[in-house]
Amino acid sequence: MRIAEHPIIESYQKGRKVTFTFDGKEMEGFEGEPIAVALRAAGVMIHRYTQKRHEPRGIFCAIGRCTDCVMVVDGRPNIRTCMTPLKEGMQVETQYGVQGGRGETGETI
Amino acid sequence: MVCKAEGARLVKRYDLIVIGAGPAGLSAAIEAAKCGMKVGVFDENARPGGQLFKQIHKFFGSKEHKAKIRGFQIGNELLEEAKELLVDVHLNTVVMGIYEPLRITVNEGDRISSYAADNIVIATGASENMVPYDGWTLPGVIGAGAAQTLMNLHGVLPGKRVLMVGSGNVGLVVSFQLLQAGCQVVAVIDAAPRIGGYGVHAAKVARTGVPFYLSHTIVRAEGDGKVEKVIIAQVDERWNVVPGTEKELEVDTICMAVGLSPMSQLARLAGCWMEDKGGLVPCCDEFGQTSVEGVFAAGDVAGIEEASSAMIGGRIAALGAARRSGFLTDAEVKEKYDHYAQSLDKLRRGMFSHENKGRTDLVQTDEGYPLSMSLLKKGYLDAEEVSQYPGVGTEKRIGIHPVIECTQNIPCNPCQDACHFGCIQVGDEITALPQVVLDSRCTNCGLCVASCSGQAIFLVDETSEPGFATITIPYEFLPLPQSGEKGMALDRSGKPICDAEVVRVKTSPAFDHTALLTMRVPQEMSGQARFFRRRDVVQ
Repeated sequence: MRIAEHPIIESYQKGRKVTFTFDGKEMEGFEGEPIAVALRAAGVMIHRYTQKRHEPRGIFCAIGRCTDCVMVVDGRPNIRTCMTPLKEGMQVETQYGVQGGRGETGETI
Repeated sequence: MVCKAEGARLVKRYDLIVIGAGPAGLSAAIEAAKCGMKVGVFDENARPGGQLFKQIHKFFGSKEHKAKIRGFQIGNELLEEAKELLVDVHLNTVVMGIYEPLRITVNEGDRISSYAADNIVIATGASENMVPYDGWTLPGVIGAGAAQTLMNLHGVLPGKRVLMVGSGNVGLVVSFQLLQAGCQVVAVIDAAPRIGGYGVHAAKVARTGVPFYLSHTIVRAEGDGKVEKVIIAQVDERWNVVPGTEKELEVDTICMAVGLSPMSQLARLAGCWMEDKGGLVPCCDEFGQTSVEGVFAAGDVAGIEEASSAMIGGRIAALGAARRSGFLTDAEVKEKYDHYAQSLDKLRRGMFSHENKGRTDLVQTDEGYPLSMSLLKKGYLDAEEVSQYPGVGTEKRIGIHPVIECTQNIPCNPCQDACHFGCIQVGDEITALPQVVLDSRCTNCGLCVASCSGQAIFLVDETSEPGFATITIPYEFLPLPQSGEKGMALDRSGKPICDAEVVRVKTSPAFDHTALLTMRVPQEMSGQARFFRRRDVVQ
């Protein structure tokens, strides 16, 4: 959820409104904000599932250190969504394992 | 040093390279540029400022430390100054290593290149610590820094119902910021038996109704694909869970604020001698110079402190570099160094100084006032004990007067400067408890209330109207209540104690977003009513 008004912060630096897709579903965010921010604003919590135990992971450190929030972005896996700026038309997908595709862990979740 | 940089293209040579554009790095760059040095700053992030732009609270210290100015405004000032001094700031640039002779290799975009300098200041800051427990990897468990990044930089709520783990200053400050952003803070817990951060930070959270559970830990987080609840329990002196004390809290977010570790990898890579000071840090001389000649360290990477001391540390490291390269004479260095060292020393005193950190045997202030155990264990002062402190007093006062509930020795004195009528005295020792001067006359200007970074000053008038008292409190929440609005007055623990009517809400550029809310309460509640809750708020 986005903060409509804040007692201290007068405005947030935001680019124009753009659309992108998350697992094929169309979503809106602001250009230049981290992909993870747009996803959290839309209520998406799970960014990926781990390789061995297929456990869900989401935002953890939000400053590019922990790599928990990596996803497949425009076909490239392991993109740190908390550091990568959102662009118009980006295709963001849940990452399964370390390579990306759903088939990679050998299981459907 | 261990490695030589070969192969990467040398792009430019600087007098000083600074790694990290946070408070320490920017301050080092500014000080060096003022000495005439050509400076390049490198930072891996898209925006400069490090964590400063996430700090929306007013800083502590005194005027020279930029006290009562909010962190992000200090960040803007530093950036402006660096720009005026023509400091090169390279963003989105990861420094991969420091090599012989004083060269760095960087990754800018898809290109690897190299920069050389006569001096390097490492100001890479710190990263957050974590404690593992069952369910700690569930989405919804985040670092306190992540919460700040989401809400203060990007305007997105990290969650709706949050548990804060850790009662140090980070945990307390972020809890308050979560409340300001519109989240519910379900509780603040800490495994330690005492609150780790400033009492005033705890008190401003507690009075909104947030409970503190000390000697408590997380047993596990549960949920289907995300955090849905958390089980906490009491721990004994050996940190073991006491069976039967488990509590279940419904939360969607668990915020971890359990300490910081220096990010000193580059110093190690450069071959600096390291020591363990609550995390591995390079051994430094008084200018922050490491065992590798020309390589300095400043800020959290040289030992975890806070932003104000990091800024001074950066300036001192720059002096060391300027002296080494002949940009300042020894006499000039000495003069500036003495000034900064003194300023730093002031910040490092008091109850939360390095030598007092983690002490549980402290029972009184430097002046001999007893420390409030209620404040240390529950986050608020007991109504019975407040009057013993010099900012409150037992004297019955006629007319409006400040009540200062500042009871621990922390380095801070803006209240003294704020009052032009001499009502408040801290003295030369900035960690001293503020004292209300009895024969002074308060003009109800409110500047002390707005200037107190700990939000510990209230204006009380018990004689304005028979049977009633007015209390003016600092108020940093939205929506702002309106004059005439009726609600509840809460006591220091956040418990509703009586009806309250808003008399007026004053805002002013001089108050910098701290509104001054004056409420009217029954006279007998004047010593207890410390927060206003609007009618439509449920907690």
